[in-house]
Amino acid sequence: MTNHWVDIKNADLVLIMGGNAAEAHPCGFKWVTEAKAHNKAKLIVVDPRFTRSASVADVYAPIRTGTDIVFLGGLINYLLTNDKIQREYVVNYTDLSFIVKDEFAFTDGIYSGYNVDKRSYDKSSWDYARGDDGYVKTDPTLADPRCVYNLLKQHYTRYTPEMVERVCGTPKDKVLQIWDMIASTATPDRAMTIMYALGWTQHSIGSQMIRTGAMVQLLLGNIGISGGGMNALRGHSNIQGLTDLGLMSNLLTGYMTLPGEKEQDFEAYIGLRAQKPLRPNQLSYWQNYRKFFVSFMKSWWGDAATAENNWAFDYLPKLDKQYDMLQAYELMNQGKMNGYICQGFNPLAAAPNKAKLSASFSKLKYLVIMDPLATETSEFWKNYGPLNDVDSSKIQTEVFRLPTTCFAEENGSLTNSSRWLQWHWKGAEPPGEARSDLEIMAGLFLRMRDMYRKDGGAFADPIVNLTWKYAQPHSPDPEELAREYSGNALKDLADPKDATKITRKAGEQLAGFAELRDDGSTASGCWIFCGAWGPTGNLMARRDNADPTGIGQTINWAWAWPANRRVLYNRASCDPHGKPFNPKRKLIAWNGAAWAGADIPDFKVDENPENGMGPFIMNPEGVARFFARANMAEGPFPEHYEPFESPLATNPLNPNQPQAMNNPAARVFAQDREAFGKADKFPHVATTYRLTEHFHYWTKHVRLNAIVQPEQFVEIGAALADELGIGNGSRVRVSSNRGHIEAVAMVTKRIKPLTIEGKTVHTVGVPIHWGFLGVAKPGYLANTLTPFVGDANTNTPEFKSFLVKVEKV
Amino acid sequence: MSEMTRRQFLKITGTTLVGSSLALMGFSPGVALAEVREYKLTRATETRNTCPYCSVACGILMYSLGDRAKNAQSNIFHIEGDPDHPVNRGTLCPKGAGLVDFIHSESRLKVPEYRAPGSDKWQRISWNDALDRIAKLMKADRDANFVAKNADGLTVNRWLTTGMLAASASSNEVGYLTHKVARSLGLLAFDNQARV
Ligand code: SF4
Repeated sequence: MTNHWVDIKNADLVLIMGGNAAEAHPCGFKWVTEAKAHNKAKLIVVDPRFTRSASVADVYAPIRTGTDIVFLGGLINYLLTNDKIQREYVVNYTDLSFIVKDEFAFTDGIYSGYNVDKRSYDKSSWDYARGDDGYVKTDPTLADPRCVYNLLKQHYTRYTPEMVERVCGTPKDKVLQIWDMIASTATPDRAMTIMYALGWTQHSIGSQMIRTGAMVQLLLGNIGISGGGMNALRGHSNIQGLTDLGLMSNLLTGYMTLPGEKEQDFEAYIGLRAQKPLRPNQLSYWQNYRKFFVSFMKSWWGDAATAENNWAFDYLPKLDKQYDMLQAYELMNQGKMNGYICQGFNPLAAAPNKAKLSASFSKLKYLVIMDPLATETSEFWKNYGPLNDVDSSKIQTEVFRLPTTCFAEENGSLTNSSRWLQWHWKGAEPPGEARSDLEIMAGLFLRMRDMYRKDGGAFADPIVNLTWKYAQPHSPDPEELAREYSGNALKDLADPKDATKITRKAGEQLAGFAELRDDGSTASGCWIFCGAWGPTGNLMARRDNADPTGIGQTINWAWAWPANRRVLYNRASCDPHGKPFNPKRKLIAWNGAAWAGADIPDFKVDENPENGMGPFIMNPEGVARFFARANMAEGPFPEHYEPFESPLATNPLNPNQPQAMNNPAARVFAQDREAFGKADKFPHVATTYRLTEHFHYWTKHVRLNAIVQPEQFVEIGAALADELGIGNGSRVRVSSNRGHIEAVAMVTKRIKPLTIEGKTVHTVGVPIHWGFLGVAKPGYLANTLTPFVGDANTNTPEFKSFLVKVEKV
Repeated sequence: MSEMTRRQFLKITGTTLVGSSLALMGFSPGVALAEVREYKLTRATETRNTCPYCSVACGILMYSLGDRAKNAQSNIFHIEGDPDHPVNRGTLCPKGAGLVDFIHSESRLKVPEYRAPGSDKWQRISWNDALDRIAKLMKADRDANFVAKNADGLTVNRWLTTGMLAASASSNEVGYLTHKVARSLGLLAFDNQARV
């Protein structure tokens, strides 16, 4: 979230799209209720299903799954043509006035530089034009035909209300009603928040759906303001934290990135990431990358990381391609992987295409499970009849299953969607012999380190030199680790302006990332968490819920990254002179000498606004980007592509270009492409989702939840049920080209058929929560049905749009 | 309903799923009065935690018997929303309302287990044997398949034949240590639930 849960109460308008907060994030959703009750806010819900969020909405509109870019692209067109934009905001705080290179082009759904064989782009033309001074050329009058404003306008001319109705199936009058409501927030005194979740991420064009939403918010001046923002409702309690800590194939901590294999030169690695400003007097905060990186390497490799060895740069593995989950299972399936460790993760249920996953795990030599619960993945080799029909004797994988503690049995912090790191305390001992993940990871590591010390082996340096200064090496304390990722001074730190003044003594915790240095004198395991455990102690454990300004800014409750800031980009809540756009919901303001207010300023705190520094300080532009440059895989402006399994034969936006049917830059493995189904055999559109009574594949192990929602079902609209002669409560079979499930039919009026390009399209709802283990009634894993393809940028699987066939059993 | 104290309210609704759902729908008492805890909660130890399910991260109070004395086993018997928490203000949704049953689920794993190649059942294994064996398997695989230089002679120092998934419900401290260990080994096929 750019903003936070409680801030939703400040919204005048709430758009829930690509999510269903009332059921998936119930106690967060009550801030929508609060906004409606006390701020006269209106709620709009756009969803293929009439969800419980929709049931309390002022306006609900149905949409075909996977077509959100058409709806939002149409909205961009509407806002631009009717001039419903926050002009002062967009001219000063976005790249609309920036001039784009002449070589950049877009024809029939494909951008310049496409290589069809590689399914990827040469992105060199996707950039701004530079002036003689080296800075990007701009036209503040927005008249230049090559400025981002005009290119944007031109790009979305095809996205008309009629096109929305044809592609999304949303009635045109509903579309216009919603667009008009949204346009009302272009004034500085009205704020709209967008709440989205996996309904946007789990598409092959998911990242671009989110970008389109963000572009709408920028046009309306709704980013950085109280009651506004792009608010991702993360699916798990600490997905935010683990991503912040870089537990992804291509990341280091704090959104630093691993080097690619061509990046052999350390200076070039840093240079590419420490980007110089593209406009005069911009902060471009990533220029400090070297400080973050060196402090990180010192934290992990201590004295072994020196200026001479480029701070142990070569200890880091270098990438030749993405090694995301889907890539890993593809490699496994090809027999190219031997071992796999699942810590609190149930991929047999959570990744797409169960049959492929099962085949892949069967090719492993060893599989290690660490979990508090008995997961399906841990028993992938065991026969559970039709629910898991395998022959154990043919599976040669050695499996270890290690019992771990759960939340109630440990101390530690979780980072919620609001970016708050909240400390929690242990209330009981774990059952039986269960151990904490810390102890297990330490147990494995120390054993390997001992062997490498004793017997040597492949490149032992990063292992034997890894810092491990924990009081009990076999069981590090959460408190020790929190102090380590937050960071401390390794030497006495002198004031850069006065060498006689020591600002921080060696060994002291640092107060924040502004103290980090690039000479090896500071350590911080994760720069964005720097200060969470500061000189005064553990700020994550703070429990002062006072809200002095009444706008929900409890800044002494827990600790938020970065720098305890609660609303990101909050400088943009003020006009160019530093006066709040909306004085009623003031986050910060320029007081003549400094920026101050109800939040920690997301800006250089003593920077006079008249100097023209932009509010988006992490971007080298200093402003927000409509034109993504080379940052996205499939193009600088979001374009609609059909899901890989679509009920349509062509993409109505680009009917004459078959390459633009589906995301042209998405990676598709050959076998998985063959496993895609076609609409002639699988005529129904399906989408997966969560129920309010269950959490993923955990709560089927929990008695109370198993009682209230015991048995697997699928939701089928009344019209389709009538057509197929399916009665409410009867059993149905739902098949895709990859497998089938059987479940109870819940015939509902909540899903209505849509008319798409003149034909009737039915949507089938597949809740995900059942499996072959647990105390709920055994059921099929829903991912038996789903296609093995992901978003072109993130490789998040396309769980939200695929094709099935529904039959009576 | 608004005159009811928090304690009476919890008594009536039994602090069950139904109670929480009522609270969610706005039927909770207006003021969360701090009161002397009665009945079994008076003897209980209260521990503050957060719900491990969705990213709202509701504050919870866990009540256990046992006073944290060295030899007393504490047992959590009741969980409710933390009324001081600025986001949930004492409410829990139907997921969070069942948390105590998660802690005591019959599916909780209690001992390390091993499944041999081709076998159709689990067998017990000691922690020591399990960790020894896994560490040996990992080292053997790493030593056999570690790529120090790629075909063009560039230094790449990666280990691609073993992969790992980390848990996005585990704490930052667990995540941090897990990343530190995994990357020091040269793992690249390393993800958490952020991608799904
Ligand atoms: S109680 Fe419900 S809303 Fe609150 S964190 Fe848990 S799952 Fe989310």
